[in-house]
Amino acid sequence: MIIVENLYFTYPNGVEALSGVNLRIEDGEFVAIMGQNGAGKTTLVKHMNGLLKPTRGRVLVDGIDTRRVSVARLARKVGLVFQNPDHQLFSETVEEEISFALRNFGYDEKTIKERVDWALNMLNLERYRRISPFMLSGGEKKRVALASVLAWDPKIIILDEPTIGQDYMQKEKLRQFILQLNQQGKTIIVVTHDVEFVAECNPRTILMKQGKIIASGEAEEILTNEDLVREAYVALPEIAKLFKCLEEYGFPRNVIDVYEAADLIYKRLRAGNERI
Amino acid sequence: MSVFDGFKFRSISSPIHQLDPRAKFVYVCVLFAVAVMFNNLIPLLILFLIQIPIVFMAKVQKEWMRSMKGSAVFAIMIFAVNLLSLYFYAGHETFTSILERSLAMTVRFIVLVQSFSIFFLTTSPDMLGLALEQSGVPYELCFAFTTAVRFVPVLAEEAQTIIDAQKARGLEIESGNFLRRIRNYIPILIPLIVNAIRRSMELAETMESRAWGACKNRTNLYVLKIKTNDLLLILFSLLLLTVSIYVSIHVHIPPLTSLFT
Repeated sequence: MIIVENLYFTYPNGVEALSGVNLRIEDGEFVAIMGQNGAGKTTLVKHMNGLLKPTRGRVLVDGIDTRRVSVARLARKVGLVFQNPDHQLFSETVEEEISFALRNFGYDEKTIKERVDWALNMLNLERYRRISPFMLSGGEKKRVALASVLAWDPKIIILDEPTIGQDYMQKEKLRQFILQLNQQGKTIIVVTHDVEFVAECNPRTILMKQGKIIASGEAEEILTNEDLVREAYVALPEIAKLFKCLEEYGFPRNVIDVYEAADLIYKRLRAGNERI
Repeated sequence: MSVFDGFKFRSISSPIHQLDPRAKFVYVCVLFAVAVMFNNLIPLLILFLIQIPIVFMAKVQKEWMRSMKGSAVFAIMIFAVNLLSLYFYAGHETFTSILERSLAMTVRFIVLVQSFSIFFLTTSPDMLGLALEQSGVPYELCFAFTTAVRFVPVLAEEAQTIIDAQKARGLEIESGNFLRRIRNYIPILIPLIVNAIRRSMELAETMESRAWGACKNRTNLYVLKIKTNDLLLILFSLLLLTVSIYVSIHVHIPPLTSLFT
């Protein structure tokens, strides 16, 4: 469980990136953090594994104040996957890249091998095992970065912009994968601009603006609230746009799921036909 | 980070910022030469004090204080080393004269840092490049120079992100013995270097797609001209240099302590 209490953070150059954030994320929750560039999303998640320490207020991870422990200790619980894989890939092979963190955490060789095999298999990277990560495409690099974090099985997984540079198929696989991890009881926190991705996952959604949380609730409620969404510089999902237009024909407004939308329209069509 | 802020260009408008970089360069060179010329505390203190009004005219007091604070550690070290070595190897001198000579060395160092700080705080890298270009340095070299200067903060920021990313994977940079600590930097240096090379390739491509080097004779929107103020600064610098040379040859400089007794 992550508790953020009255968190303020000012960068050394004087920019106040977070001004009074309060947030509580339960175990096993699936949360999406959205908002415009510079709203403080990445700064907020960097507090959750102790990379940044609060200027004021505090952050508790499972009751531990992040100021009291090292990043390395928190990282075992909280896996943070950075936005740009080029900022972390350095090994000669994908296999070594994934085992880097495991070695840092002091796992024995046998466990390392098992975990690397598991992660490679999980993210469909088996065939790149002995290839240099620098040879891979952008999307593959992102998967290697993800695998390198998942390998040590942290109970809280934070993904910063996971969908950037992924084609539709990979995005869909990523979504299935995230949902699967969530069902296994992992806490998932996704920082993203991708409103369609959030609409399809339907997690708890948090909107940020200028270092503050301006809304928090079910994706269905948040992402269909035009005023809120506009304030956070996020677009309405396509389905929400459609149902906004259909509102005057008596459709509900808070629909973001394609299947739910199809179902509602189908029922209305059938009802119409029967009347004729 | 904060120490470097004491040398990073601040884009504000002041008489000092508007000076020609070449005039400021002459001034800094003279200041260097004079600072090295003297071993005595009085002239070095004067040099230090001369520059304080310039700092205030340039409105960079805060940043200048940063560079001063940053250099304080080194200044103290220089003072201590001088004091100790003079104490042990120049036995016939009195303690006050040893103290004064050590202080003189420290002030010399501070003057050097100070003039550097003022020059870089008030001279934009673009203007510096322009000054180089107008001094006859080939444009390719000037461009390489200004690009290098411009990318320093970008690289610094990127290095921080990489450090964060590796720390998030359990890397403890400050742990282990000396060799271990050096090895800890490999996961940071490799991505940093790879990205820098990749970025330079991309920069080259974008430059070429924007017709870099299409004309043989390149003209500039801004052309540096020596104005009255620049001339005054150059004159002042030359005057300072002549007086200093004269004084160092013909005048015996009393120690600071003798002024009080």
